[in-house]
Amino acid sequence: MATVKKTTGTSKAPRKKSAEASAELTAPTATATVEEGEGVRRRDFIHIAAVSFAGVGAVAVAIPLVSQMSASADVLALASIEVDVAAIQPGQAIKTSWRKQPVFIRNLTPSEIDEANKVDAGSLRDPQTLAERTQPGKENWLITLGVCTHLGCVPLGAAAGEVKGEYGGYFCPCHGSHYDTAARIRKGPAPLNLTVPEYTFISDTVVKIG
Amino acid sequence: MSFPWANEYKPQNAVTKWVDERLPLPRLVYNAVGAGYPVPRNLNYFWNFGVLAGVALVIQIVTGIVLAMHYYASVDGAFNSVEHIMRDVNAGWFIRYAHMNGASFFFIVVYIHIFRGLFYGSYKAPREMIWLLGVVIFLLMMATAFMGYVLPWGQMSFWGAQVITGFFSAIPLVGEPLRQLLLGGFAPDQAALNRFFSLHYLLPFVIAGVIILHIWALHIPGSSNPTGVSVKSEQDTVPFHPYYTAKDGFGLGIFLIAFVAITFFAPNLLGHPDNYIQANPLSTPAHIVPEWYFLPFYAILKAFTVNFAIPFTGIVLIEAKLMGVLAMFGSILLLFFLPWLDTSPVRSGHYRPLFRKFFWYGLIPSIVVLTYCGAQPPYTQWVVLSQIAAAYYFAHFLIILPIVSRIERPLPLPNSITEAVTGKPLQTATA
Repeated sequence: MATVKKTTGTSKAPRKKSAEASAELTAPTATATVEEGEGVRRRDFIHIAAVSFAGVGAVAVAIPLVSQMSASADVLALASIEVDVAAIQPGQAIKTSWRKQPVFIRNLTPSEIDEANKVDAGSLRDPQTLAERTQPGKENWLITLGVCTHLGCVPLGAAAGEVKGEYGGYFCPCHGSHYDTAARIRKGPAPLNLTVPEYTFISDTVVKIG
Repeated sequence: MSFPWANEYKPQNAVTKWVDERLPLPRLVYNAVGAGYPVPRNLNYFWNFGVLAGVALVIQIVTGIVLAMHYYASVDGAFNSVEHIMRDVNAGWFIRYAHMNGASFFFIVVYIHIFRGLFYGSYKAPREMIWLLGVVIFLLMMATAFMGYVLPWGQMSFWGAQVITGFFSAIPLVGEPLRQLLLGGFAPDQAALNRFFSLHYLLPFVIAGVIILHIWALHIPGSSNPTGVSVKSEQDTVPFHPYYTAKDGFGLGIFLIAFVAITFFAPNLLGHPDNYIQANPLSTPAHIVPEWYFLPFYAILKAFTVNFAIPFTGIVLIEAKLMGVLAMFGSILLLFFLPWLDTSPVRSGHYRPLFRKFFWYGLIPSIVVLTYCGAQPPYTQWVVLSQIAAAYYFAHFLIILPIVSRIERPLPLPNSITEAVTGKPLQTATA
């Protein structure tokens, strides 16, 4: 009987020790706990050190394996374009490509500008005025991405003869979003106006997008 | 499988119990590389290399899948896409160098693994199937490595493809049509590059499949050991986990240090500068050599320089070209017959004084010489040296091993693994 008691006692002792060990190793003085007699086995330290080292190594390897998927240097190098807009007459628009996405550059007629300014911007789904979507002195140049803000189709209305939608701007044929002459969403499922990219006129007729 | 005293998998909680009853995958892992697999207690570090080869395959598959996201298999674009990976893709240089050197390290560990098997007689009964599957894996690795080397479409890629597919043209009658079938044309071009890419992606997964069979076959008799004496009782073994997971983990650390050192500090050490020149079908590089891991076989190929003819009649029985190709493939294929060529019942080279001498002073030097000669230009002295070494290589397996097996008097074997390790005899189980 006594021997049985003794064996259970000794078998429990190391388990208690290792429980203390894990608790102590979370404390900042981990190196101090390696000392004998503190209740931490040398092996506990080795386990934790080895697994931590392997973990850090795994993360270090995972970083390049994941980051290789993001845009490479040659893709980023094509991030801006220059477009000559001299040939675009009022009422016309062109499609060009920027960052592999279509861009609409539209020369608005005075009546289209008036139509856009007549609308109370506050009543819109994505409230913006035409002035906020163009540059001062260049209000007739409406430059937007040709990417519907609903699910990314290219809206119609830039090329001659295409349907311009109920508001005379753009119409997305995929799910029926209508944009007005300032390319603001007016009807249909799209949540936002067509995006205006960052651009500057570097001369009267050349615009730099991006 | 395995031994009756193997630890049994016991699910620790309700979730693992639920999984175990429906898909005992954790149990499979436990029995394969966990505490449920008893392993001889005396394995030395040469027994690390199987696991290391597995790790090398994983490195190749992971980096390869990533490279395939950026590579395109087109004769006009392949070379540029590799340069694009090196210069433009985020960390692309690291991933490609890891893949490039990963192939070399895969061969290094596999060669050590094979020589471990050759020295310790791991191919002998009851482990013949493990050995046969291993030779299959080796052949698949060679095919995969060759096709991978073609993909960058540099000068060495192109001319390597030309030469290696040229082997098939040595076959009488069907050779040239067969070569054109394999290439999809008269010379390596778009069709060949595309199919090489397809197969280079496929074969590693075939290798992984054969590795599963290799390990399955291994777990039936269990691992061999440096004494070659079979496991007799529980005292002769320790559970794979934690004993050999820790030992393999240490070996893996050393392996990774060497691998990373080469990858970062000498990434092109094992490659050829000519492969950074785009493939030119109109100009062969001055001196074409395969990657280092093919050099011994390349030396055997080059060692056959004269037709095999009936003397003084001029009747050619086998052309030198065909002889070279047959010998080169034969040098690997004869490994399939090794378990039946070496008939000695003693496995470990430690207890075979004569075998050991031929192994260290015959086989190893002949392969070293072949490797060296394979890299040399085809001048007479290197060809003669290759011929001597190649002759020894074949003689070693086909003549020397069968004879040595008969005449050799092996040293006394220990009664058990435990006795070999501790010097004390095995305690009987009833004690």
